[in-house]
Formats: sequence, structure tokens, C-alpha cells
Amino acid sequence: MAYNLKVEAAKPERFVGGHRLCAGCGAGVAVRGVLRALDENDRSCCGVATSCLEVSSFLYPFTAWQESYIHSAFENVAATISGAEACYTALKRKGKMDESYKFIAFGGDGGTYDIGFQSLSGAMERGHDMVYVCYDNEAYMNTGIQRSSSTPKFAEVSTAPVGSVLPGKMQAKKDLTEVIVAHNIPYVAQSTFTKNFKDLHEKSYKALYTPGPAFMNILAPCPRGWRYPPEDLMIITNLAIETCVWPLYEVIEGEWKLSYEPKNKLPIEDYLRPQGRFSHMFKKGAEWMLEDAQKIVDKKWENLLKKCK
Amino acid sequence: MAIRERLSGNEAVAVAFKQIDLDVMAAYPITPSTEVPQYFSQFVADGHVKTEFVAVESEHSAMSACIAAAACGGRAATATSACGLALMWELLYVASGTRVPVTLAVINRALSAPININNDHSDSMGARDSGWIQIYSENNQEAYDNQIMSVRIAEHKDVMLPVMICQDGFITSHAIENIELLEDEKVAAFTGSYQPEWSLLSGNPVSVGPLDIPQFYFEHAYQRARAMIDSKKVILDVFEEFGKLTGREYGLFEEYKMEDAERAIVVLNSSAGTAKHVCNELRAKGEKVGVLKLRVFRPFPTEEIAKALSHVKAVAVMDKAECFSALGGPVFADVRTACYDLEKRPQIINYIYGLGGRDVKPDDFLTVYNALDEIVKTGHTGEVYRHVGVRGV
Repeated sequence: MAYNLKVEAAKPERFVGGHRLCAGCGAGVAVRGVLRALDENDRSCCGVATSCLEVSSFLYPFTAWQESYIHSAFENVAATISGAEACYTALKRKGKMDESYKFIAFGGDGGTYDIGFQSLSGAMERGHDMVYVCYDNEAYMNTGIQRSSSTPKFAEVSTAPVGSVLPGKMQAKKDLTEVIVAHNIPYVAQSTFTKNFKDLHEKSYKALYTPGPAFMNILAPCPRGWRYPPEDLMIITNLAIETCVWPLYEVIEGEWKLSYEPKNKLPIEDYLRPQGRFSHMFKKGAEWMLEDAQKIVDKKWENLLKKCK
Repeated sequence: MAIRERLSGNEAVAVAFKQIDLDVMAAYPITPSTEVPQYFSQFVADGHVKTEFVAVESEHSAMSACIAAAACGGRAATATSACGLALMWELLYVASGTRVPVTLAVINRALSAPININNDHSDSMGARDSGWIQIYSENNQEAYDNQIMSVRIAEHKDVMLPVMICQDGFITSHAIENIELLEDEKVAAFTGSYQPEWSLLSGNPVSVGPLDIPQFYFEHAYQRARAMIDSKKVILDVFEEFGKLTGREYGLFEEYKMEDAERAIVVLNSSAGTAKHVCNELRAKGEKVGVLKLRVFRPFPTEEIAKALSHVKAVAVMDKAECFSALGGPVFADVRTACYDLEKRPQIINYIYGLGGRDVKPDDFLTVYNALDEIVKTGHTGEVYRHVGVRGV
């Protein structure tokens, strides 16, 4: 059946309101988008790494999760969900499990690119039938906007502040999606919130219903850390796509597939300007930063186009 | 009829896990516990178990996977030693705080640095306050028996705490001894199947692992502490039932020639055998000496220990772990605390011994008994925090 946002949005919510995430935060949008792709009769067991999402969605005794949910620690959500999936497999083998479950791990970029990286790599390599979803907001937002390996070059964060000598973060963003592609798992995708959520929905469906491990990296902006007005969330994600800062693509059984190619690739300034974390890049004398940032995007985009041909 | 076998401590534990029919074993190799998952993965490869064996990329992930598997209503276990247990540290507290009945075989080994692969108790002693039940094993038979009993204790609704069964690295883990195994069906009948009160996979969604604000954290911590207190009765009940099944009767500790003992050594794990040997030699000479072999260290059997030592004149508590407190070792601290409320307390000293695999000889225990004799004769306790078997002291 063709994708229809109205139909999808009418499904019962699996991650409900009342959670304490900020207005304009991408995390809850990402979770709802992924869970909406579950077939209506299917259940899921979700794990969340310590994060904004975790502390905001299950604050005892209130939970926003209509699915089975487990939080254990910061760096181990992939191992946690792999253990749940292993138990499910064993119980099925022993004839003790009738229900059908999907296994999903959610982590922020800190819990995924950095401290949870080993656990993620191990779980992907072992081939568990699970989906790992990174909601990438490019810094440690839960502890106050510290630098992660996902933070883009020149972004101002609290452990890479803009000073009289240093212009924010000095290193480029790690390309985790490509690192996971190198694990040769059946499905890897990069997505974010597009006009009608079709991209996120279809990729989530493929990730959930492809046997074996799948990984989704979802750009999920943070209004506090990125410094944009909460109502502009979708404007920011759209600019990330149109400037090719966050290309939409998937890698199915090793085959690279571009999901969207902008008709007119916008200059990176259009993406950077609305975000307070990049405001120092628009001061007099900072033109080199814009040039440098543009070069990084162009090079990565060209490489991606080659891979997708 | 019980099965007579000759097994190493590691193999005995692996056999126990096989007979328990674990749902999940998640493990990572580290000397000297490596053989446990090795033997077990052979059982998997040969189709002797229906367990899902997860060859994780670290001990941290091993414990993480076990916690989730137990939260899914499965029986989950792992084995580790030394730095592997240290890497699990964070998750040990998560396991007990989440109230999941994970079981763990700890093959005791010294912590780094300097790196040392040999036996002492610095690993599990460091984890003594993590909310895990700890039971120590003198020999292969005890390690096997304790591991089988561990699931019954952990899964009891009044407990719901994880359990670690400890034995000495190499000394018992690699030494092949005679052992009496239970038949598979007897173990199956004894352990039954885990019937969790809640599970992530029950069909009814449940949320596990919340953020607790100050309004709730304290109550949850108290409940965990309460469960540890209440576990003592469950442990004794399980020991009793196991005794009826096997004829092997276990208590919170073993009192060896303690009835009329004036001098006693408190010790746990394999060194208890050496202590008993020296005790026998001195008894043959008419000396009133005994050994108290501690088995259950968490929960600590406070009243029982105090009662058992109440008639003794001088006690030496042996610690195969330093805790660098300048006060003495961990077993000593607890035994001395237990005796504080006695009207007539024994004089109590502490010996740190056998660190990093240093050979523990009968002469060491002779030194200890002689020191106690000196205390009894002079009435002076002298230095409390002592070392035996180390050069330059």
C-alpha cells in the first residue's frame, strides 16, 4: 500500500505524550516515526541508552512507552537489546514463546558514536535480529551540550567553546553510518524528518522487517544545543537535506542507494545561519570557516554520489 | 544413583549450567574462567543444550546481555575473573537494582596492576557491596553444588537478587578432583523453571530501568537492602532441600572442630582445606583449635558468626584481598563487626595472605595458630592488621 501520512498518523501511538522532552526536540519525533512502521499486531521490545530520551520518557512511576522498554546504562544499549533478542530466540526454540517481537535499541550520538560504539559494533557483528536507531543531535545534550565525535566542525559546544584562540570544535564529524556499513550488515540507512515522513517511515519498515541487524542514523536536532526556535525543527532538517549536510541514503546488502538528490544543492550557509551554534562563523574574518565547512560537505557528497552509482 | 566423575572446577560449573538448561549464556574469555564458556559452547555445538550462547565483545556487554535476558524472563548466566568482573562493575549494580536473577561464576583472580593471572579474592571482594549474593566454594564439588542452588536463590520472589558463586582460580578451577554429579533430571526437578512475576516478553508491555528522582530512589535502595536481609532464610531453605536431595549439607558457614575451640581461623574458598589440615595436626597434639569456613559472605551471617565465635578466645580472620584501607581486609572488618555486640568478645586479628597466587602453605596456618596461641597466653592482641607469606614483613 502506498504511503499515506494520514493513515499512518491515525495508528495508535506507541510512544505517547506526557514525556518531558523539550518542545522542538527531534528525539521523540524519531522514536514515534520508527515505531509507527511496526505492523499493527506486532510488539516490540525497546532499549534506550542513558540519554535525554531515557530520562524524559521513563521517570518513575510514569512511562511514555506503550512497548516493552528497558534502560540499563549509557554505553550498553546494543548489548542489552542483543541479550533480549538472544533470550527471545532461546524461548522460541524451547517452545516457550508464542508472541512475535521486534527488538529496537535507541541511543543518542554520545551513546552510539562514542561510549556505546564497542557495544554497537559487537552487536552488529554478531548478527542479532535487531534494529539500532541513533538519534543524532550532534552533542551530549543531556549533560549540557558537550562535544561528541558526532559534533560537526566549528560548532560551538560547552567543551569546545568559541574563544579568542579556538573557533569551536576543531575536528570534523565522524561518519558513523559508513563505519556501520563496513560491518556488512543487511541494512543501513540515514534519514531525518522530511515533509511527510515518508523517508523515515519506509526506512524504518525495511530496518524492522529485514532479518538480521539493521542500523538507522536519524538526524534529530536539539533546539537547546543548536539554538534554533523550537517551531523550526522541520526547517532545520529540511535544510540539512537540501545542503547535502545530511544526505538521505540506504545501503541494502552492500548496495548503496541515494534516497534524495536536491535539484539545487543549497550553500552550507543556508543550513548554518539559522543555528546559534554556528553564529561565530558569520562574523567578519570567519569566511575561511564557511569555505572549509563547504569543502567538507562537497567532498563527502561527491564520494557518496560515486558510491550510489 | 549420583554420577561419579573427575572434573576441574571450571568444567563442573559448565556442567551445572548445562543441567540448569540456561536460556542465555553471554560470556567473554578471561583467564582463568575462560574454560567455562569454552566447555559450554561445546555443549551448544553438540546440541546438548538449547541455550543461546552470545559471544560478546566484552564483559561489560556480557553482563548487559544477561540483565536484559533475565528481564525477558530467561535464565541468564556468565562467568568471569578479575579485570572482567571489574569491567562489569557498573552493571553489577544495575543487575541488583533492576532486581533480575542473573547468576555468575566468578573464578577468583587478582586485579591489575601489576597484571597477575593468579588467584586471590580482590575481584569478588571488591564487588561485595554491589547488591549481589556471594557464596564461596572450597572445592569443585561445592562450586558445582552452589551453582545449581544459585538459580533457586536468585529467582525466589523474596530475593530477586543476582548471585555470584566464587571459587579459586587455578587452585580449584583447573585442578581435577573427584566429584559427584546429579542426574540431569534431578537437577531439572530441583531447579524447575523460572516463573518471573514480570517480563519484557510477557505480551503485556512493561517498562524497566527508570530514572528515580529523590522521592523514590531511597525506597528502591531500601527494598534491595531488605531483600538481601531476607535472602538468608531462602538460602538456608534451598541448602536444606539440596541436602535432602544429595546428602551434602551446607550452611552459611562450616564449623570445623569448633565445639571446644579456643583458637579459630576464619577463612573462605580453597585455603579452608589447608587450614583444616593444619587444624587436624594440632588437634592430634591436643590443641583446641578450629576452622570456621565462611560460605555465604553476602548476606553476611552476622548473628550466626558472633554465636559461633562467642566461646573462642582468639580468632584470626584470613583475607586473600587487600582493600588498602589501612584497617585490614574485608572479611576481617565484617567478622570483627559481628563480634562487637558479644558480651565477651574474642581477641581478633587479621591476616592478609596469598595475594596474586602466592602459595599458601600449611606452615602459614601454623604461623597463624601460633600467633593466636601467643595472644591467648599473654592476653595481648598486639598488631591487628598482619600479613603472612610476604617477604620483608
